[in-house]
Amino acid sequence: MIGDSVRTIRLGLKSLMLHKLRSTLTTAGILFGVASVIAMLAVGEGASDEALQRFRALGVTNILLRSTRPPDTAQSSQQSSFQAMAFGLLYAEAQRVRSTLPDAIVVEVREIPRNVTHGENFKSTVVVGTEVQFLHVANMTVAEGRWLTDTDIAYQSNACVLGSSLARHLFPLENPIDQTVLVGAEDRFRVVGVLDYQGRAAGPQGTTYDECMFTGITSSRRRFGDEIRSSSGGSFKNERVELHEIKVKVRDAAEVEPAAAVLREMLGPSHKQQADLEITVPLELLRDQERQKRMFNLVLAVIASISLLVGGIGIMNVMLATVTERTREIGIRRALGAKKKHIIFQFLVEAAVLSALGGLIGVALGMIVPWGITEFFAQKTIIRTPHVVLAFGISALVGVVFGIYPAWRAANMDPVEALRHE
Amino acid sequence: MTDANLPPSPADERRVIAEFRSVHRHYTMGDNIVKALNGVSVQVRQGDYFAIMGRSGSGKSTMLNILGCLDRPTSGAYLVGGRDVSQLDDDALSDVRGRELGFIFQSFNLIPQLTVLENLEVPLFYQNRVGPESRAKAEMLAARVGLGGRLMHKPMELSGGQQQRVAIARALMNDPLFLLADEATGNLDSNTEREILDLLDELRAEGVTIVIVTHNPKVAERADRVLWLKDGVIESLTETERGKAHGAHA
Repeated sequence: MIGDSVRTIRLGLKSLMLHKLRSTLTTAGILFGVASVIAMLAVGEGASDEALQRFRALGVTNILLRSTRPPDTAQSSQQSSFQAMAFGLLYAEAQRVRSTLPDAIVVEVREIPRNVTHGENFKSTVVVGTEVQFLHVANMTVAEGRWLTDTDIAYQSNACVLGSSLARHLFPLENPIDQTVLVGAEDRFRVVGVLDYQGRAAGPQGTTYDECMFTGITSSRRRFGDEIRSSSGGSFKNERVELHEIKVKVRDAAEVEPAAAVLREMLGPSHKQQADLEITVPLELLRDQERQKRMFNLVLAVIASISLLVGGIGIMNVMLATVTERTREIGIRRALGAKKKHIIFQFLVEAAVLSALGGLIGVALGMIVPWGITEFFAQKTIIRTPHVVLAFGISALVGVVFGIYPAWRAANMDPVEALRHE
Repeated sequence: MTDANLPPSPADERRVIAEFRSVHRHYTMGDNIVKALNGVSVQVRQGDYFAIMGRSGSGKSTMLNILGCLDRPTSGAYLVGGRDVSQLDDDALSDVRGRELGFIFQSFNLIPQLTVLENLEVPLFYQNRVGPESRAKAEMLAARVGLGGRLMHKPMELSGGQQQRVAIARALMNDPLFLLADEATGNLDSNTEREILDLLDELRAEGVTIVIVTHNPKVAERADRVLWLKDGVIESLTETERGKAHGAHA
């Protein structure tokens, strides 16, 4: 029976070769359907995977409270440039968060933009002043040396830890551990550790954590103060910000939403007027993203069904023409002992071979296109094996489904009439 | 078995391999009933060379279709190898065609996209008997009809006479009870026609039973017996000169 099937498939291929152009054109429908589905799925997967990774990097059990510079209103522009503009989260608010959510880990973060220099190498970056738990909450790891300790915090030590890109930039040839870096014009810090490369976008003020320098929050306060002087567009700006961020990590994902609600209620009103607080809940973003992805997949499934339907109709059309053309052959086969089921099988196999060929080429094309997109547009794409298998399987199935009627017609011809057919 | 149309035949010991018993085949055309066959009874015996003649409309084609198990009688019985096939369903009839009959057509009816070898194997394919043996048999029969070197050719690469030889070889692939030829030389020139008829003669001499439907007297005179149909009934059933000679042998 397997030998027979192989023979029938070979016969199908031979019959299709009789009309090369027609067969090729017919498979085009299925081909582009399958190719576009695989390519679109790959692009969609890639995009959503990137987003998911970004949100996951923020930590699914985290809630991020960030100070944002209030929008430039008329009132604020009237302010004298020498008078510091105060906004953002306060130390006192961090304490209130701690007492309201006793089970959560609360980490205070200050972000001071400074030039960091070692020898001739310098980089304009952000000095992150934070607490010991930051490493855990931000889900980062130490590559060399050590992270900040309670002692560093308590004694306002000058220990600092470098992000991996920053370390490579300042110390291209030397081991940075125990070296001294100059921050701004006068503050010297001793490097005690270097972090692993994170490779994620998340970071303060347009940087990534890989480019930042980390030090204890106490030393950040003592050395840099709460007023930040920055120049933009030729004019100086003084800002007074106590905390740039408060990272809150709850124990598990189920606690995220209630905790977020509590925090919104607690902090929202006092920051409402200035609009200087942004609460980010990665878990919510993650869920939004997943919802979006489901929607995308649904739309894609509809598009795929339509294109496969169109391809299937093309196949049915061609198979009907084939059956009419080969009426005589059907008559001959029937006279030589073929049963109806043999004829049905023959034409079903032919239709399936036709659409599976289209599917096969479609799979190839559908895998080349995402590769090209990744290669030339630097857009991440992910081809998932089940998608490929599914797309190909459905294409072959389309051939069978749309081949049923033509095959049935072929099998039910009167052999006498079929033999007489010119 | 006394039927008005059945002519008295001499006592014959040979096995009956195809038999019509009062076969009727009526078609309904609108309000009319066309009686294409109206009570035909005849026997074909092992080793017979049997010609069926008649003008168009005589019921010749209908008789051929029933003989070939492509159609069923409206009433009466048709026995192939002693078994009544007149009530069989489509699948069973297909099996009878595939196992017991060898068709030869006027227009050769080879399948164009298949090679000679593959064409020869078609009847056995539907009996699930394709394999090394069928290949050996195809080679043997191709050689027998004088086409030993052409197994890998496509039908279009052969002349009409050669195509008909392939068709004859194909008809023999399943060791049929009888060959059923429909105007087997109708599409051939007279030289090729003679070659094909000579080939049939040779097969006949080897013991193959042949039933040939024709309107060509030159074809019919090669047979042992000639049945004339007219208006759906047997007009005459005569023994030819050759038949008498063969009869003397028997």
